[in-house]
Amino acid sequence: MERSIYAESFALDVTAKDRLDTRRKIKYESELDKTFSNRIAESAHGEQLFGCIQCGTCSAACPVSHYMDYTPRKIIQMVREGFKEEVLKSSTVWLCASCYACTVECPKGIKITDVMYALKREAISGNYYPKNAPASILANNFFKQVLNNGRNSEGPLLMKMYLKTNPFMLLKNMMLGIKLFTRGRISMKTEKIRDKKALKKLLNSVESKKKILSAGKPADVKEAAV
Amino acid sequence: MKYIYYPGCSLKSTGRVYEESLLSVMDVLNIDYKELDDWNCCGATAYMAVDDRKAYVLAARNLALAEEQMKNEPEVNIIAPCAACFMVLLKTQKFLEENPEDKAAVVAALKESGLNYTGRAKVRHPLDVLVNDYGEAEIIKRITKPLKGIRVASYYGCQTVRPYSVFDDQRNPETMDRLMKAAGAEVVDWSMKTRCCGASLTGTVQDVALPLSYVIVHEAKKRRADAVATACPLCQFNLECYQTDMNSKFKSDLKIDVLYFTQLLGIALGIEPKKLGMNRLFTEPENLYKILEGGNRVYV
Repeated sequence: MERSIYAESFALDVTAKDRLDTRRKIKYESELDKTFSNRIAESAHGEQLFGCIQCGTCSAACPVSHYMDYTPRKIIQMVREGFKEEVLKSSTVWLCASCYACTVECPKGIKITDVMYALKREAISGNYYPKNAPASILANNFFKQVLNNGRNSEGPLLMKMYLKTNPFMLLKNMMLGIKLFTRGRISMKTEKIRDKKALKKLLNSVESKKKILSAGKPADVKEAAV
Repeated sequence: MKYIYYPGCSLKSTGRVYEESLLSVMDVLNIDYKELDDWNCCGATAYMAVDDRKAYVLAARNLALAEEQMKNEPEVNIIAPCAACFMVLLKTQKFLEENPEDKAAVVAALKESGLNYTGRAKVRHPLDVLVNDYGEAEIIKRITKPLKGIRVASYYGCQTVRPYSVFDDQRNPETMDRLMKAAGAEVVDWSMKTRCCGASLTGTVQDVALPLSYVIVHEAKKRRADAVATACPLCQFNLECYQTDMNSKFKSDLKIDVLYFTQLLGIALGIEPKKLGMNRLFTEPENLYKILEGGNRVYV
């Protein structure tokens, strides 16, 4: 007697978890952040966001969409609906390599890459990312290094990132580092400009218009930061 | 015409080969340039992810420095060879033009540190300068060792042609192909010209980045290219330095020379390999040398 494939997988599911997963799978409208989309549109200078027709051209053009937990098309819609936490905790934000393929192809002229940057800024300022996620650590360290020295020193930057996130990667990349070093293509020296202090003062004199998430952090930020 | 050269951080370290070969080529072609004094980092993709206004000030400082250091010239032409620097400088200029409120804030901040930003500088890519200012005809006149028999796959990467750049087509760019043809090489027609190489993901999320680089190298090989020509320090790094990792991950046996377009052009202009940074590559491009000598390929 043949059992349907669905019946079997269902049965397996039940035994594996030993119970039915009865957690709610949808979000009620009252739980959404209705102001999220406006803030993101403003931060990204992209009101075109609201004209998205959900055609999916961005997801098709994106070279990493098949690794993301939500594709760019979904992210745009989720931003518009106010799924703040899901969006800011998603891998999508940190997998975007800023290749601008989506921005160039979007038939509605939505600057999707800039939307991703706005989301990165929100995720960083609101602590909405895993603390050892390399992409955000890299961005943060790069930011500090340039703030202090005016230039980026690739050697020390990568070293720091690997030490903070995954020292195993440092070992794995040791051979690569040695090869680069012997060919004079990487050094551990810190590059700097002449007047570091003046540049720091210059950079500190301006700031993003909105420190969006500084007020009213959600209760489960700690969970997100694990 | 005089140019001001903005190297950026990569061209001083991992992309040193790009700087060496570009400057050698410009010297041979008698292109007049000087390096931007006291330049700072352009901000790349990371600054935009943390604070956008700081990112714009950072990039605008370089543009203002260029205006000041070129104040006796009729035009301020900045050569930015790194794809990220090139894109960021263009983006900053465009953004400040479109958003007067932000421009006022940036201009005021720069004024505080004694710099004037007007936005009159023109940000140029070396491909643009070589093809549109210098011209292929002039280059052909100076070719002494044409790259006869060498099949080149021109790989532009993303930020050189997207999204603000106007010197070439965004989907099927051709400037590099034209230069390679001028150098006597045979160009490969392929669809990977502007596909993302994985960028900084090779350092952060390698599982995602390696396949991206792999498809490019694999496709170049499939089209029987002898070399991939690049115009971006990160593309060159990813495609060249991770070939062993790609091979072990995908159980393949790929080997292809990944050079800067300036290195290939340099060979054709008769510049000695050392001045083109060939000794800094992981493996010297033996195949190219062999083909130029009229011999057979060492690896296929």
